[in-house]
Amino acid sequence: MSTLLWLALPYIALTSFLVGHVWRYRHDQFGWTTRSSQMHESRLLRLGSPLFHFGLLAVIGGHVLGLMVPKSWTEFFGITEGMYHFVSVSAGTLAGTATVAGLAILLYRRFTVPAVRKATTRGDKVMYALLGAAIVTGMVNTVGENLIGGGYDYRSTVSEWFRGLFLFSARPELMADVPLSFQVHNVVVLVLLGIWPYTRLVHVFSAPVGYFVRPYVVYRSRDPQRPDANRYARAWGDQHE
Amino acid sequence: MRVMAQLAMVMNLDKCIGCHTCSVTCKQAWTNRGGVEYAWFNNVETRPGQGYPRQYQDQEKWKGGWALTKRGKLTLRSGSRLRRLLNIFANPDLPAVADYYEPWTYDYQNLLSAPPSDTTPTAKPKSSITGEDTKVTWGANWDDDLGGGPEQIGKDPLLGKLSEQVKLEFEQTFMFYLPRICEHCLNPSCAASCPSGAIYKRAEDGIVLVDQDKCRGWRQCVTGCPYKKIYFNHKTGKAEKCTFCYPRVEVGIPTVCSETCVGRLRYIGVLLYDADKVGEAASVRDEKDLYPAQLGVFLNPHDPRVVAEAERAGISGEWIEAAQNSPVYRLIVDYQLALPLHPEYRTMPMVWYVPPLSPVVDVLSQTGHDGEAVGNLFGAIDALRIPVEYLAELFTAGDVGPVRASLQRLAAMRAHMRKVNLGEDVDDSIAASVRLAPGEIESMYRLLAIAKYEDRYVIPGGATSDAHRLEAIATGCSLDGDGGPGMTAFDVMAEKFQLVDTNGAAPADKSRRINLLDWDGVSTEGMFPTDGNGAAVKGAAVKGAAHEPEAIG
Repeated sequence: MSTLLWLALPYIALTSFLVGHVWRYRHDQFGWTTRSSQMHESRLLRLGSPLFHFGLLAVIGGHVLGLMVPKSWTEFFGITEGMYHFVSVSAGTLAGTATVAGLAILLYRRFTVPAVRKATTRGDKVMYALLGAAIVTGMVNTVGENLIGGGYDYRSTVSEWFRGLFLFSARPELMADVPLSFQVHNVVVLVLLGIWPYTRLVHVFSAPVGYFVRPYVVYRSRDPQRPDANRYARAWGDQHE
Repeated sequence: MRVMAQLAMVMNLDKCIGCHTCSVTCKQAWTNRGGVEYAWFNNVETRPGQGYPRQYQDQEKWKGGWALTKRGKLTLRSGSRLRRLLNIFANPDLPAVADYYEPWTYDYQNLLSAPPSDTTPTAKPKSSITGEDTKVTWGANWDDDLGGGPEQIGKDPLLGKLSEQVKLEFEQTFMFYLPRICEHCLNPSCAASCPSGAIYKRAEDGIVLVDQDKCRGWRQCVTGCPYKKIYFNHKTGKAEKCTFCYPRVEVGIPTVCSETCVGRLRYIGVLLYDADKVGEAASVRDEKDLYPAQLGVFLNPHDPRVVAEAERAGISGEWIEAAQNSPVYRLIVDYQLALPLHPEYRTMPMVWYVPPLSPVVDVLSQTGHDGEAVGNLFGAIDALRIPVEYLAELFTAGDVGPVRASLQRLAAMRAHMRKVNLGEDVDDSIAASVRLAPGEIESMYRLLAIAKYEDRYVIPGGATSDAHRLEAIATGCSLDGDGGPGMTAFDVMAEKFQLVDTNGAAPADKSRRINLLDWDGVSTEGMFPTDGNGAAVKGAAVKGAAHEPEAIG
């Protein structure tokens, strides 16, 4: 059971995540979109969406710090477990609260505004259920275990196990005695990662960072046989800011 | 000098009767499907009026187009690149469907299926978005012909810029129609707002298009376009816009809106311009200088130096010749009759308008004057300050000079041609008063009044290496297809126009990709690539799919 959950499942999920994205990028550019519903309803979205998205960006940043940075590194810089715990719990609670509040507003909007409800697919509903579960269990870990409870040093178990996956030296036994809420959180997130590329979540990987460096107006040749050598060729002396 | 070619359009508003034929044929051709029921790539609005979407010209509210920074640099009115990206999760300046109108249909089925009853069954309006009962309260041309009265018309953002007295007089005197499509600007702010770089301007003909594969649905372009001519397809999650009917103009025929225009008021032609000057012209400080600045960007296609530079830039002889015969160049540059729509948005629009003189003539005639006499008309143009000022808000950022000059030329043409037609002595001073020779005024008259199809639409053919390949496809025998003798002409057409996965008309490298054109908003049939034996598609698409792609290689 331990091998299945903490060795097979993560590799299946991460493979699906990776291969799925490549497959979809190559075969379904047309489907690669945010599928925004802002045309239908703007007031609630303008409240909920930035809360959710910025909150989630902070949450993801926190996960990178917590999972990818080994304990020995932070200790090398003189950061004690107490200091780390304080920062992770306070920042995590703040970001998590924003995310949960944002998601609650967005879900309320999705199921009460008729036009938005109508635009919700079955895939969306499955995705929302998993995403909601991932965020709720994550909050249970941060607030329940680490803020109210005694605190759990996941960096010596969960993080070690997670990094092991990428070094192909996975140690599923590390996860055996982890608190149940952490285990549930991990399973839910792995399933979410597995279905990620087949949902609207793909829009995460189209973050338009190129916008900062390209010229304002893009020119392209009509002839498909002769693509522009420089796709963002400058058309004229740029008077733009 | 960097010469580029642009397909441009001029519409003669004097001739528009507001019949909406252009809108309807455009809709049938391009937006007759799910997710864009509310979208009209071509719409006709009555001025004064709120327009479509409502009050789109109020850029204080919608933040479309460009603005100058304090240092005189162009920047998007909606903010810097960073600001746009920070607003990416919820665009604060995005019109909702309700700002256009909620599209609807009627429950016609009820007329047939209602049980016997004492009352006539009705077809209730149903929202095309939710499918539920709806109340019809607004449409794309709700205030057509000043419908709704001062209460609605008073919300025209342009009227707000004129004085109160002007507003009141206005409603008694003046009304005209303004057909609008995408402006295919030289400095498109929609493209500049697109975070993904999906909106591009075609280097050969200047047509502004959205790459449906690259669009990620950030909807910043909807805000960026001050004309609100980019529409978000809420089913596909992609932006869509007027394509200047590029599949048609590529083979030398005019856009659907032009082709079907009842009043024959549209002109299409090539303009050569200096791409190096666009940025400078778009950032002149005084808004009233934008119209002359844009005129300064256009190049004279008869100038041998321009021709030489154009050839050096790889523009074909066919295109240069088209530029020399361009009716659009004559109306915009030679006669300076046509004016740009809202140059103050600094996008350098490329669909221009001949302002309407007819309402002035009508007012004169109604008050017992001779509406064709040049003296009366000249006086009336100035006396009717209201229309001139209103037109100036539309076409010249409020500068009445160019509008008056254009109307005076139209007036002089009427007076001159009446003398010619009645066999009276032609008074050369009429033409001279608007700085034209009598011969010029007569050729202007021919272009405006009796120009034939080939004079109104001077569109060079594709002139690409694809031409022969495409020709070979069109002349291939349809009986060779998998459908064999059973294949009907309709199947052949359907195959050509639905770019199904192995369609011969699609470029070889793109013959197996997902395509949008077959999508009806409900079923995904025909949208996805098949394995070549057509297992996943039905009907005409199956027959199309069975063709071997090598045939066109």
